[in-house]
Amino acid sequence: MLLIKPRRRDFLKGTGILIVSFSLPARLKTAFAQSGTPANTMAKTVALDDVDAFLAIDPSGGVTLYSGKVDLGTGIGTALTQIVAEELDVPLARIQVVEGDTALTPAQGKTWGSLSIQNGGVQIRQAAATARQALLQEAAKRLGVPVEDLSVERGTEQGTVRSRSGGKQITYGELIGGKTFSLKVDKQAPPKDPATYKIVGQPVPRFDIPGKMTGQFTYMQDFKLPGMLHGRVVRPPAIGATLLSVDESSVRDVPGLVKVVRQGNFLGVVAESEWGAIRAAEKLKANWSNWEGLPEQSKLWEHVRATKVNKDDVTSNVGSAEQALEQAAKRLSATYNFAIHTHGSMGPSCAVAEFKDDKLTCWSSSQATHDLRQQLAAMLSMPDTNVRAIYLEGSGCYGRNGHEDAAADAVLLARAVGRPVRVQWMRADEHGWDPKGPPTLMDLHAGLDATGNVIAWYSQLYVPEGATGNVKLVAAELAGLPHEAGMVPGNVIQNTAIPYAFPNMRTVAHRLAETPFRPSWIRAPGRMQNTFCNESFMDELAAAVGADPLEFRLRYLNDPRGAELLKRLARLAQWQGSKSPKPTSGEVATGRGLTYIKYELARTYVGAVADVEVNRRNGEIRVEHFSIVQDCGQIINPDGVKNQVEGNVIQTVSRVLKEEVTFDRSRVTSLDWASYPILTFPEIPDVDIELIDRPTEKPWGAGEPSAAVVPSAISNAVFDAVGVRLRSVPFTPAKVRAAMQSA
Amino acid sequence: MRPVACRPSPGVKSPMRWHRGWHPVVRMAPPTEGGLAMPTAIPLHVNGRATRVTVDDPEIPLLYALRDNLGLHGPRFGCGLGQCGSCTVHLDGRAVRSCVTPLSAVGKKKIVTLEGLGTPDKPHPVQKAFIAEQAAQCGYCINGMIMQAAAFLASNKNPSDGQIKQALAYNLCRCGTHLRIVRAVKRAAAGV
Repeated sequence: MLLIKPRRRDFLKGTGILIVSFSLPARLKTAFAQSGTPANTMAKTVALDDVDAFLAIDPSGGVTLYSGKVDLGTGIGTALTQIVAEELDVPLARIQVVEGDTALTPAQGKTWGSLSIQNGGVQIRQAAATARQALLQEAAKRLGVPVEDLSVERGTEQGTVRSRSGGKQITYGELIGGKTFSLKVDKQAPPKDPATYKIVGQPVPRFDIPGKMTGQFTYMQDFKLPGMLHGRVVRPPAIGATLLSVDESSVRDVPGLVKVVRQGNFLGVVAESEWGAIRAAEKLKANWSNWEGLPEQSKLWEHVRATKVNKDDVTSNVGSAEQALEQAAKRLSATYNFAIHTHGSMGPSCAVAEFKDDKLTCWSSSQATHDLRQQLAAMLSMPDTNVRAIYLEGSGCYGRNGHEDAAADAVLLARAVGRPVRVQWMRADEHGWDPKGPPTLMDLHAGLDATGNVIAWYSQLYVPEGATGNVKLVAAELAGLPHEAGMVPGNVIQNTAIPYAFPNMRTVAHRLAETPFRPSWIRAPGRMQNTFCNESFMDELAAAVGADPLEFRLRYLNDPRGAELLKRLARLAQWQGSKSPKPTSGEVATGRGLTYIKYELARTYVGAVADVEVNRRNGEIRVEHFSIVQDCGQIINPDGVKNQVEGNVIQTVSRVLKEEVTFDRSRVTSLDWASYPILTFPEIPDVDIELIDRPTEKPWGAGEPSAAVVPSAISNAVFDAVGVRLRSVPFTPAKVRAAMQSA
Repeated sequence: MRPVACRPSPGVKSPMRWHRGWHPVVRMAPPTEGGLAMPTAIPLHVNGRATRVTVDDPEIPLLYALRDNLGLHGPRFGCGLGQCGSCTVHLDGRAVRSCVTPLSAVGKKKIVTLEGLGTPDKPHPVQKAFIAEQAAQCGYCINGMIMQAAAFLASNKNPSDGQIKQALAYNLCRCGTHLRIVRAVKRAAAGV
């Protein structure tokens, strides 16, 4: 059945509220008015321990879910709605979702790390369980029936509490409608028994999709305010250049130009029309100093290796790996690297900012509006209570792309002209100035005893330091305004430690004092790169002892859940034990490679088998097929999970075969889709997916883990096909040819 | 002379080559330096009705006229270079990239956008198929996928998977929704 349900902004748009303001929803105003407090003076709670922070029920029994986790195009808006519908026994179509509004939604942390269901959804589930318990207790009181004799029926309009003996009933609207719960989230409130689930676990169609398919959905890029102007930024031609002078006469004849805004090295234009702003930004003449602070791209890995190490993070240490290596009968060593990548959102980042009565409201597609609010307040040296940051879904971001930076741009331009300003980055802004997935380099060593057992594993990773905090805002840095200065690449040392039980293991991350570009997390940050290194090297060990790659992994895996996954993968992929490389001849060789991950060694399991073709003549790799088995515990929406897995496979095949940020000594030079190509339709693999649903287990993340298995599965498949190891992403035809020539 | 569209950004080696599946209309614009631009009302035929847009530069790409002057959301800005397809609209039934099509080149051609194809209540067969296959993640590129596919299916009623992939070879998707999109086009073909 097709479910067409307006989400909040479409709902508001229908009522004409969208253009007016994003003040409290009408229903909520009613609620507060009924409680005797004027809506405009009383703030809605956003405290993580308040039920009201998450849920409100109106007089007709309609439910509003306030989620701090936002839908980045992954479908979690629908999945979170399923959790609430299930727990409260209300119809899906009567739930609307408000996401990522600092005035309305709880600070549930950044929408990252595959944690929206695992953490955010579980918090919401507990709030809903508390609400349900309270509603039942209130119903017992009103109906004069013991709680044990009550049940909730999910009608077509709203939840209705009935006495089991029949006769008495009362609706949610009658019980709570328009009033607040005024309750703390009760950690003891029992969530439903998964055996009774009717909505969680079902492939419920996404609510946003019909609107997106018909042009009715309002993306961030579509959002308008009355009196809104259009801005564009003019970035320095070299990343660290200083703005020497601006010739404003160069844009004097651009129709509708409002202002050239200059603050330090921050430069932008504001015009009445979007096209006017684009033309002004193109035409504006500015003099910048020279700057050549980037390393030579051809010597990137030497640069990384020569960068000062600020500290070492030891991520695992079992036995004595160095000693065991010395005593090993056979030693293997290899170095792997993974290029600098961009997020590559299809729609360049966009934001709208408005100042009114010394208060700032900023609409953006930020993954973390509560954090962005702090950053904007710090940048402007204003109290955060005067800043409201509101999420509107934009183009998919796959990590921290340019959304927050566009927000800061819009804020500076709006402040300069005293009117609301919309900024959308141009393609070159997004490719050039989104923060980058940093270059990753890993040295690996392993030792085998005389009978071929692995007795030592020792790896050293070179990645920028930093983990928590926020990525600095480009505008704040250029304008010389207060900003967080540290590097925040995401927790990129995850999955350096390995899921295998070798007697001696040491994994160390050397945290570097600098990296060429402002780093940030890109989908499966570190987990993708580190798993590429580990699982490819694992394959090297299997080949060195002549073992089947699957059997070799099982040999060292003390994890029944992981072992089950691998056995199911073998069935799905019809894996036939063999050793790599297989003897083939002819111009096009075929091979298959296998990979396994336990995400962060703590949650979602994924196994993958890639089937590839390698053209020996021109070095082209074609990924024909992926088989994926995933165990992410309890599944909320299996079609949503499959969509994520398919997307992870295709996006990561693109990263592995094609993608690399190019740069000269001054700036990024891969500024569009011709110079930074991504996978196209004729190149996509087929994907078979088996999901292991475990309804009684915790729900784990699904947005990232299956990205991490892709690079090594391809590398291992290429080895199987042609007997050469690809240890440097991307696997360009030139690298494949070079590897085969030196083999 | 000032190139209106498809001007590569600094540092770009070469624009992606064009193929016959879509038709960019790129012309050199007359110089507009020296305050020559005057607000001009240009008649357009959009989604079945006649309308006008007032612009101060007739070389404005059609995309901005549709989005900013007419408030349409279907066509989207992705690259401004004709590379990704997010801005695709139909001109007399052919899929074109509105980000590199100057308004002055539209003339009397009939423009159809995603909104003109169908609505949530009455979707076009291609839109219906995309909904049925849940063929989106963020959905930013989907306008281009649907518009390109609808134009393609009008001339090819029974395409193979390979032909569908070729027809969409110059439409980019970053979320990796390709498999669902191919299934949706296939489903639409069966139902068209």
